[in-house]
Parts: sequence; structure tokens; C-alpha cells
Amino acid sequence: MNKELKRVSIVVLLMFVALFTSTSVIQVFAADELRADGRNSRTLFASYSAERGPILVNGEPIALSVPVDDVYEFQRTYTFPDIYSAVTGYFTLNQGNTGIEGSLNDYLSGTSNSQFLDQVNAIVTGQNPKGAAVELTIDPIVQQAAWDALGDNQGAVIAIDTKTGAILAMVSKPAFDPNGLAGHDTDQVIAAYEQLLSDPSGPLYNRTIAGPLNPPGSTFKLITAAAALESRQFTADSQFANPVQLPLPQSSNFITNSGGGTCGGGETVSMFDAMRLSCNIPFAELGQALGTRDILQQAMKFGFNSSMEVPMESTASVYPRALDVPQNMLSAFGQSSVRASPLQMAMVSMAIGNGGTLMQPTLVESITAPNLTVLQSLQPTVYGQPISRETAATLTQMMVASVSNGAGSNARIDGVEVAGKTGTAENGEGDPYTLWFTGFAPANDPRVAVAVVVENGGGLNQSGTGNGVAAPIAKKVLEAVLFR
Amino acid sequence: MSETSKSTFTSSIRLKLREPARLRNLELVLLVVAIGIMISAMALVQLGAQGVIDASVLLLTVVLGVLILGMHVTLRIVAPDADPLILPVITVLNGLGVAMIYRIGLADDAAGWENAGIRQIAWTALAIGLAIGVLLVIRNHRVLLRYRYIAMFSGIVLLLLPMLPIIGVEKNGARLWLELGPFSFQPGELAKVALAIFFAGYLVSARDSLSMVGRKVLGMTFPRARDLGPILVVFAASMLVLVFQRDLGTALLYFGLFLVMLYVATGRSSWIVLGLSLFLVGAFVASRTLSYVGGRVDAWLDPFNPENFDAIGGSYQLVQGLFGLADGGLIGTGLGRGRPDITPLAESDYIISALGEELGLIGLFAILGLYLLFISRGFRIGFAGQDDFGRLLGVGLAFVIALQIFVVIGGVTRVIPLTGLTTPFLAAGGSSLVANWIIAALLLRLSDSVRNQPRLVIDPRAEAENRLVVGQ
Repeated sequence: MNKELKRVSIVVLLMFVALFTSTSVIQVFAADELRADGRNSRTLFASYSAERGPILVNGEPIALSVPVDDVYEFQRTYTFPDIYSAVTGYFTLNQGNTGIEGSLNDYLSGTSNSQFLDQVNAIVTGQNPKGAAVELTIDPIVQQAAWDALGDNQGAVIAIDTKTGAILAMVSKPAFDPNGLAGHDTDQVIAAYEQLLSDPSGPLYNRTIAGPLNPPGSTFKLITAAAALESRQFTADSQFANPVQLPLPQSSNFITNSGGGTCGGGETVSMFDAMRLSCNIPFAELGQALGTRDILQQAMKFGFNSSMEVPMESTASVYPRALDVPQNMLSAFGQSSVRASPLQMAMVSMAIGNGGTLMQPTLVESITAPNLTVLQSLQPTVYGQPISRETAATLTQMMVASVSNGAGSNARIDGVEVAGKTGTAENGEGDPYTLWFTGFAPANDPRVAVAVVVENGGGLNQSGTGNGVAAPIAKKVLEAVLFR
Repeated sequence: MSETSKSTFTSSIRLKLREPARLRNLELVLLVVAIGIMISAMALVQLGAQGVIDASVLLLTVVLGVLILGMHVTLRIVAPDADPLILPVITVLNGLGVAMIYRIGLADDAAGWENAGIRQIAWTALAIGLAIGVLLVIRNHRVLLRYRYIAMFSGIVLLLLPMLPIIGVEKNGARLWLELGPFSFQPGELAKVALAIFFAGYLVSARDSLSMVGRKVLGMTFPRARDLGPILVVFAASMLVLVFQRDLGTALLYFGLFLVMLYVATGRSSWIVLGLSLFLVGAFVASRTLSYVGGRVDAWLDPFNPENFDAIGGSYQLVQGLFGLADGGLIGTGLGRGRPDITPLAESDYIISALGEELGLIGLFAILGLYLLFISRGFRIGFAGQDDFGRLLGVGLAFVIALQIFVVIGGVTRVIPLTGLTTPFLAAGGSSLVANWIIAALLLRLSDSVRNQPRLVIDPRAEAENRLVVGQ
């Protein structure tokens, strides 16, 4: 009988081993996944009773949780709702979160792994858990300047510290009021959300990093030029044929320069002048001479075709992998199916301004737990080295000339050397242009890189230009940084 | 023989009889701790869930503590050698269960008798009283051997009772309950005890003919029909009743109990092979033909599939339980501070997920550890007992608890498909509590007879002198 008993005890033991294992798997190893399930109302309820941490700019809360007398205990409140809507995103009770509210939700709600001990402490002391405070890199003066400068235009402005990658301003218009989505009346919140969602101007898009991306137009010439210089087959003085129009292979269309004539006078034009005057024909020739592979690789080194976390996930800018000859030529000056976000174009300027070293852009200055432990602080990290120091210097000279004596004249600032590149991108037959400017200042030792995009031609249909509309906006943002 | 040599001889034999009082004193110390846990759990859920302590409810818990101490005193008198761990272990389990059920009731704003926790306290009191009664009435477990056929008869009657009109009622798709006025009772729980007594009694008396005589088929020896007849009839009858009552969990429980006791009594592994294959075939057929069984299997295999999640009788409850467990994580939310009430039937079938949510994995491990301790004390009787009936009954009762724990917690944590069973000592339900406390009383009685056999312990010094030691 004892032999049988032993066997039965082993079976019982195995049954318990199975239970020890299954409970461990559910409560520890699969717990995060289960908590993240959309049907898990506990996560929701937990988020109510926890005092969500504030989002701070320069120590002042732009989003904070205020105690209220209902079951949800706290009301999320935004102090400068419109100006910062692209940054904060929205926090809703059960319709999802975006922006910093979404990407740093774990920290703000106090459920991130690094806040584990605080959770234990909250359980032991019987206090409600509190979330961590997120301090942003945004400079409120630059943010305000960018907001004011963009005016009523539909578009976006981003300004980034070239040396650290700290994002100083992030403005997207039209903006929205996140307070309208943070309410506790679900029907009202859904109605407000539906209204924002159906608005054709797309106020919920953060156009600095996402939304339907625009063709970068002439600002992309920086990348084509960078690829050419890096290939060592071309210099700033390389000469290109200078016709009035260039037939586009495999079609009856012609490529023209934006002015309609040749690029300056002369039989040929240098790459330097083509950049300064932003001519399309020489760059189409250069693109064809280089081939798409070099340009693709250069674009990808700057960050094209990959998304990144700032910490919100950006939409990857696009340089297509397979292009035929006419697409190759059009892509060389940022048309065809090339698409870019302002973040991406600012990164191109950042790398050029920072001697070829591209820093990782981020919005997070620090994350501080309620007990004042710093959970995370800005550690400038290198994203990559897309171009050499020499190429960066050459491109800087071209961009300085473009502003001081070329197509980007409206970005000039008295007493400061500004490097910049305009862009006026076509969207299709009869559609308004997308107007761009990207650059940095001071040119010799940059403090800030900026990218501006204005959609719908800035209200000027096809008569708006990057220099006319986007460059003055960029100028005001650069001034806000330089003269603060 | 001279006086001196005689006295030297006796003094060298140092007989050490175990002192019963020491076991009971150990039990008392453990009980003080266990009752402390029970009362503080009740205080904590109240603090956690509503911020204030309701003194009258706490007093009821104290009354339970006093009753348990009464059972301890009973043991001192009628079973002084009984196992000292069983009572403290079930006190903690029962106490945690009561606190959690009360806490879930609070979340639904149930006060007084409306709160299942208060009813659970009353049932616990009744169960303890009955357990004391069992200890007082059954002074020697061997009398149960004589009543094996009465046990069989009452087991079947208990199983059949819910089929009766008027008093039998159907809840959640299973016809298992008796309803008399405000009280509802699941007689099948008690049948578990009766059938274990019958199986043990019958198998012990028919053991020789079962294991010696038989026909060989396919290399396995099968007993004669007339030896096996009664047990098969009982088994088949209980299965049929259970199928008609749509209670899969209980059927599984009896099947396992039957199989294990048969195996332990006869030592034939062919029974396990035959039984398991029968079970697997039966389970497969049931999952294909009975829609409610098939639904359970689908919910088990793919609970997160929206189709299963939204289906009536689908995986909604299972997934909510998993969410609760995940929310508890390693350390739990703290008593009274989670949301176990979100899971349907959190106070009965899903109490383990409620406890896992508020006490965390650490708490569940502690609970599983306590269960394992309780079961191992039952198996100890099987290993160390002197009479085969007692050994078999001890193992049977311990195994039925073990299997019940596995089926219900395994169901909640997706080890096996979910079948409705109560979690012993924890879940809300009077009949389950009564049955389990009676099982505990029987195990205490059996363990007392194990210990009661006088034992000689060789004095090490005497042994060192290489003397012959003679005992009684």
C-alpha cells in the first residue's frame, strides 16, 4: 500500500506544482500583457484612484490632476490646453491616451517597473499610489513664439537643441483642447472626440512628428547634396548643365526651376549655387548621376524610413526603396513619393549644424517620483553620424548663402548668421503647395535647429513660397532662442 | 535476582511515551496565531474597503475564534493525540475566506444578512459545531467500517435529493441545490464524505478478492464482476446523476476519488490506465456533444478571442479572473484595496482570483502551501496508520480535497477547463464548508488513532550501552 501511496502523493505534488506554475505565470510573467488588455477595467479603475503625475514645463504644470468629488477622484486639467496639445496629447478615462499622456502613461500613473518599490510602499502605508512628474525639455518662451509665429496657418513647428537633442518647441495647428476629452462624462467625451476626429483639418494630428506627411520639396536637396558630397564624386563646385527645362524621361513632361528660367546665368551651374538659389534642374541631374541607392542610404542615415520615440512614436518619413529614373530625378528635390515630417527635416539641420553628429531628439528632461527620486533624466545620446564634419561644413556654407544671398532671405536675423533651406513642395495639379523651412543658428556654433511646415499653401494656394511664409516663422522661433 | 540488579535494569529502559499535551499545546499556540490572522484579515478588509471597522462584524469573527478554541478543548478531551496542524491550517483558510467574501459583499453594498460574508460566518459556526459533534460521536473510526453500506445509501440519496421537485432548484445551469426557505444547500458536497467512507470500507473488506482473484485480459488482470459489482453500480449511479444535474466538476471529483482509492487498495496500476482512458474518452465525447462542455473547452483554449469573450457562458468570467490575478501581481493590491467584485461569482468559484488580486502571488503561494500542509497531514495517516480502513479513508479524504483544489484553481488559472466546484474552506457556500469541516474532523479522529498507538522510543543512552530495550 505504501508504494501506491507514494505514487499518489507524487501525483498530488505534481498537481500543486502545476498550480504554483500557473499562478506565477499569470501574476508575474503575463501580468503586464493582461493589464494592458483593453478589456481590463481594473487598469482603468486603478488609473482613477492613483494621483496621476503632472507634466511640467520649466517647473510649471501644463497638465495636472486636481482632486474632485466623484468616483474618479481626480480631474485631469490642462493649464495651456491649445499651445501644448501636440505635446501633452490627451488623457481620457477610457478612450485611450496620446502624446506624453500616452507614451509615458506608465510613469504618470505610477505603474512603471522603476516605480515598483513606491507601489509596495503605497500598499504598506495604505496610501493611494501617486504617479511620477514628467519635466519636459520645452522652453515655454520658444513654444509661445512658435505658437504665435505659426498664426492661423495649418502646419507645425519644431525646434531642437542641436547639441543635446532636447526639443525646445513643438507646435501643431490646428490644435485642440484636451480638457474637453478629460471629462468624466463618457458620452460627452465621445461626442467631443468624434467631433475632433471628423474635423477635416485634423486637429488630433501632431503634425511635427506624424499625421499625413508632406513632400519635403527643396529642403530634401540637403540630403541629395549630402549624399553627393559623401560619395566624394562631387564637390560644392561640381558643375551641372543649366537648361531652361529638362525633359523628364519616359514622359512628355519637363522639369523646370521654380523661377521658370535658368539657374542664374551661364552654361553650367555649381552645386553650391544650385542649393543657394534652390534650383530643381541641377538637382534632378545630380540625382540621376548619383542613382537612388546612395540617396536612399543617406536619407536613412538621417532617420528616413524609421520611426523613433521622442518618446511619442513618430511616423517614419519616407524615401522609397525602389524608384525608376523619373522618380529618382523628382525625388532628388523632394517630390515624387518622398514624404517627411518636420521632426525629420529638423534632424537633417541638427546633424549639419552639429558637425555631422546627429543627436537623438527627446521631449523628456526628467521623470521624478513623488518621493523626489529621479527615475530618468536627459542623457544626450547620439543617434548617428550621417555625414562627415567636412560635408557638414560645406552644407553649412550652402545654407548660410541660401539665407544671406539666396532663396531663404526672409530668415535673415541682424547680427546672426542663419543657415537655412526653404522648400515649396507641389502636392498635385492645382493643389496648394506645402511650404517648408529648416535651418539652424548661429551658423558657426548652432544652439537650435528648426523645421517649419505650412500646409495648404499658407492660405495663398499656389502663390505661397517657403521663403514667403515658412522662413519668417522659423526666423521668429530662432530669435526666441537666441535673444531670450 | 537481587534488588539492585533489577532496579538497574528497569532504570536503563527509558520508555518515552509521547505526551499528548505537548501536541495540544503546540496546536493552541498555532491557533492563537491563526485566529489572530483571521481577525486581522476581517479588520483589514473593512479598513481597506470602507475605511472604518464595523465592531459588530469583528465581534462575530471573534465568536468564530472562540468556537474554534472550543473545538481545541474538545480535542484535548476526546482526541488528545490528534494532529496539531490541521485545525490551525483550516482556521486560517476559513478566516481568509470569510474576510474576502465579506469584502466582496461590501463592494456590492450588502450589509447584515444580505452580505454573504455574514452568512458564511454563520455557516462556519454551524460547520465547527458539526465537526465537534463528529469528534464527540465517533470515538473510534472503525465503527464507520460497519456502516459502509449505510454510507453508500445516504451518499446516493444525497446526490438524488436535488432532483426532487419543489425543494430541488437549478442555479447557473446545474441542478445541485436544495432550497428550504432562506437556506440553500448543496447535498452533493456531503455525499463526497459518505462515498469516501463507503469506498474505503468496501475496498478494505473486498480487497483480497479484488486483487487476488480475477481474469487476465490483454495482460491486465480484471477482478470478478461480483467483487467489483457494488462499487461500479455506485460509481455509475453517481456519474449518471451528475450528468443529469450537469455538474461536471463534481463528477470529475468522484471519478478521481474512486480511481485513486481503488488503486491504493488493490495496487493495480491497470485501474489507473483504464480509468484515465475512460475519462479521456468521456471528456472528449462530452466536449463534442454537450454544448456547455464544448463552450468551456473553447473558453479555456482561447479565452481572449472576442468570440469566446462575448459568448453567453463564454470566457468573460475566466478573463476577468485572470485580469484580477494580473492586477494583484507579486504582492497584491492589499486586502480591501483591489476590485475583485468585477469578476462574476468572485465570492464562490472565483474566490482564489479575488485572493490572488488582493494578496498577490505571495498570498496565493501561502494559501497553496497551507492546502499542501493539510493534504500532507491526511497522507500521513495513510502512511503511518495502523489499520487499512483508516489509512484508506485518510488518503481518500485528503485526495478528494487535493483534487478539488486542483480542479477549481486549475480551472481559474487555465491549467484545465473550468468546471464549477467550490474552493475548500475558502469559497462561499454552507454545504461545502460543512462537508470540509466534517472531513477535517474525520482526519483529526483518524490521526488521533495513529498517534494513539503507544510507541517505544529507544533512549539514546540505553542504546549506546547496547542494552536490549523492551517495550509494552
